Amino acid sequence: MTPPREGFKALFDPRGVVVAGASTHPGKFGFVALHNILSQGYAGEVYATNRDGGSILGIETVPSIDDLPSDAVVDLVFVCTPASGNEDLLRACFRRGIRAAFVTSAGYGESGEDGRIAEQRLVALADELGILLAGPNGQGVVSTPSRLCAQIVAPYPPAGRIGVASQSGNFVSSFLNYAYQTGVGISRAVSAGNAAALTVPDLLDFYASDDETDVSLAYVEGIADGRAFAERIRVVAEQKPLVLLKGGSTSGGQRAAASHTGALATDDRIFDGAVRQAGATRAANVEEAFEAAATFATQPLPKGPRVGVITTAGGWGVVTADAITRSSLELAILPDALRDAIDLLLPPRWSRNNPIDLAGGETRDTIPEILSLVAQEPSIDAIIYLGLGIQSNQATLMRNGSFYPDHGIERIVDYHERQDRRFAEAAAEISLAFGKPILTATELAIADPNNAGPRTVRETGKLCYASSNRAVSALEHLWQHARWRKQHGLI
Amino acid sequence: MPFAEERITSSPEEAIAAAESIGFPCVAKLNGDRIAHKTERGLVRLNLQTPEAVGAAARDLFSAATPEDGEVSVLVAPMLSGSRELIAGFLTDEQFGKVVMIGLGGVLAEAIGDVAFRLLPLGAGDAESMIDELKTQALFEEFRGEPAINKESVVNVLNALSKVAQEESNVLSVDLNPLIIVNGEPIAVDALVELTEGASR
Repeated sequence: MTPPREGFKALFDPRGVVVAGASTHPGKFGFVALHNILSQGYAGEVYATNRDGGSILGIETVPSIDDLPSDAVVDLVFVCTPASGNEDLLRACFRRGIRAAFVTSAGYGESGEDGRIAEQRLVALADELGILLAGPNGQGVVSTPSRLCAQIVAPYPPAGRIGVASQSGNFVSSFLNYAYQTGVGISRAVSAGNAAALTVPDLLDFYASDDETDVSLAYVEGIADGRAFAERIRVVAEQKPLVLLKGGSTSGGQRAAASHTGALATDDRIFDGAVRQAGATRAANVEEAFEAAATFATQPLPKGPRVGVITTAGGWGVVTADAITRSSLELAILPDALRDAIDLLLPPRWSRNNPIDLAGGETRDTIPEILSLVAQEPSIDAIIYLGLGIQSNQATLMRNGSFYPDHGIERIVDYHERQDRRFAEAAAEISLAFGKPILTATELAIADPNNAGPRTVRETGKLCYASSNRAVSALEHLWQHARWRKQHGLI
Repeated sequence: MPFAEERITSSPEEAIAAAESIGFPCVAKLNGDRIAHKTERGLVRLNLQTPEAVGAAARDLFSAATPEDGEVSVLVAPMLSGSRELIAGFLTDEQFGKVVMIGLGGVLAEAIGDVAFRLLPLGAGDAESMIDELKTQALFEEFRGEPAINKESVVNVLNALSKVAQEESNVLSVDLNPLIIVNGEPIAVDALVELTEGASR
C-alpha cells in the first residue's frame, strides 16, 4: 500500500518532533538523536520523553507522550525506546495527532521469529492508525529544507537536490559523507532499516514528485519481487533520474545479502537488464553511484553522445579520449569553422583536433573563450575540461614557501588563484548559457580541495571530478538516461 | 524467426533423398520430443558431403536411439557455416517472470557470459539497446571477410521471441542456439522449446 502524502510531510517537514526514549548518556542513541536534531538548526518544536524526567540538552523531558504540553504541535516521533513498549507508544502518538514515526528500535524482523511477529503487529497498528512508519531498525531521516537531522549517526549534509533512500543505514551515511566532501547536497535521506512498512520504492515514488528533489539515489538489496520493483522504478525514472546501487551482484555478494536481510537475491544479469529497460541508472560502486546522482543534480542532460575535451596538457587529454572511446560516448569531430576560430586564439602548436590540447599556449582569457566557442558548437553535446587548478597549485607552493610575499610572489599568487576562480566560474556560466554539461576534472579535487580551482567548482554548486575517467563515467550515465528519455518520447 | 530449411525423415533412404534436394554439404541429427542435448550424445553429424555419407550417418543415428527417446526421426538440413554465432531466447525467471535474452554464442558462450536481458514485453528500442549492450561489438561489424551483421534481423528475432513469450502461456522457455550468422543474417539451426507440464505439443 502506498503511504499517504501527509505522512511524508510529517516525516520530512514536521512542525514539531518528539524523541521518545531520550537519554542522558551521550553514548546512547536517545541522546545522539536529540543532539543531532537540536544542533543542526531545526526550527520546529522539539520535545523528548524520558521515564525519569529531567532535563537533557536543555529540553525538559516528560515521562510519556501523554504528558506533552497540551499546546505542543508535533508531527513526527523519533523512537529510541525498546521494542516491547512501541505499540502503546504508537497509540499515544495517534492520540496526539502525530502522523509519522521513525523507529530506530531493534529486536524486530532482523532478530528471529518473535521479532518478525512483533514487526507485523507494529506495521498493522501503524496502518490502522494512519501513521507513516519508517524503520524499525533504521538510522534516521534527514531533510535539509527543514534543517532536520533526526538520525543516530552523522553527518548532516549540505542542502541540495539529491533524495537518498536505503535499507542499509551505513550507505546513507556514505552518500551523505560524499555530499559533505563534494558540496553537492541532499534534499532528503532515509535509512529505512527493515523497511517493514515504508519501503525504498515508496520513498522513490515520493522523491519523484517532491519539489525539493531532482534525482533519487538508492541502495537496494534482497528484492523479493523483481518484476514489481522494475515496474515501480520505471514510473520513477519517467519523472526524474534514479541512480541505483545494488548489493548482491556477484554470487558471493548474493549469499551475504541473503543472510543479511533474509530476502531472496535475484540473478544479477536480469536485474541489470530490467534496470536499463526501466530507464534507471545502475552504478557499480558507491562513489560511481554518488557521482552519477551528483551529476544528474547539477548538469543539464546532454542532447547527444559527442564530447569535446579541453585540456591544458596532452597526456590528460589522451587518457580521457581513451575512456570516451571505451564508453557509449563519442569523441566529437571538430568542424573546420571551430578549428579556424580556435586558431585565432592559440599559437599553431595546439592539437588542432579533439582533445583540444592548448599545449600551454593560453593567455589570460583563452580558456573561457574556448569553453564558450566549443559550447556553442552544435555538433558537440558536452564538454570535459581538464587542467583547472594547476596555476593555483604553484600558487599554494609559493604562498607556503619562505620567499612569500616578496619578490613579486604575492602578486602572482593572487593572479593564479584569480584565474582558476574565473575558469571554474566560466565553466558553470557557459554550461548554463548553452544548456550543455561541462564537467571539470582534476585530482586536486581530493589532493588539495582548498585549491582555488576545485573550491570554486564547489562554490558554483558543481561536482569537481577527481579524475577524467570518473567524469566520463558520470557523463555516460547522463547520456544513457537522456537516450532512454528520447526513445520513450519523454524529451 | 529465420530457420534453416530442414526435412524430417524416417529412414536412411528418405534422408538421402532429402539431402539431394537440399544440396550438399548437409547435416543430420536424431530428432525426438524427448531428446534435448543432441551434441553431448553425439546425435549431430556435420558436413556430410555425399549421399553415401548421409545414408551412413542416418543409419548410425537411428541405431543410436534408445527406448527412452520414444519416437524418433532423422532431421536433414543444409550445413550452414559462419564464423559467428549468437544465442537468443527467453526464459521464465522466478523473480522477473518471462525475460528475453541475446548473447554471444558458440562453445565459449558460457565462459564469456556476454549476454543482455530484458523483461517482457520488449518495448520501443529495447531490442536495439540489448544488442548495443553486448560487449563484443566488433562481432557485429564486418568480420573475417563476412559482412556486418544485419542488426535489424536480430531485432526482429528478439521481438518475435517477445511476441511468442507473451502469446504462448504454455511455453516456459525457448532457446535458439546457435543463431549462425550467414552472410550477415542470423539463422537458427537448433531450437529447444520447454513447455509447461501437461501442455499439448
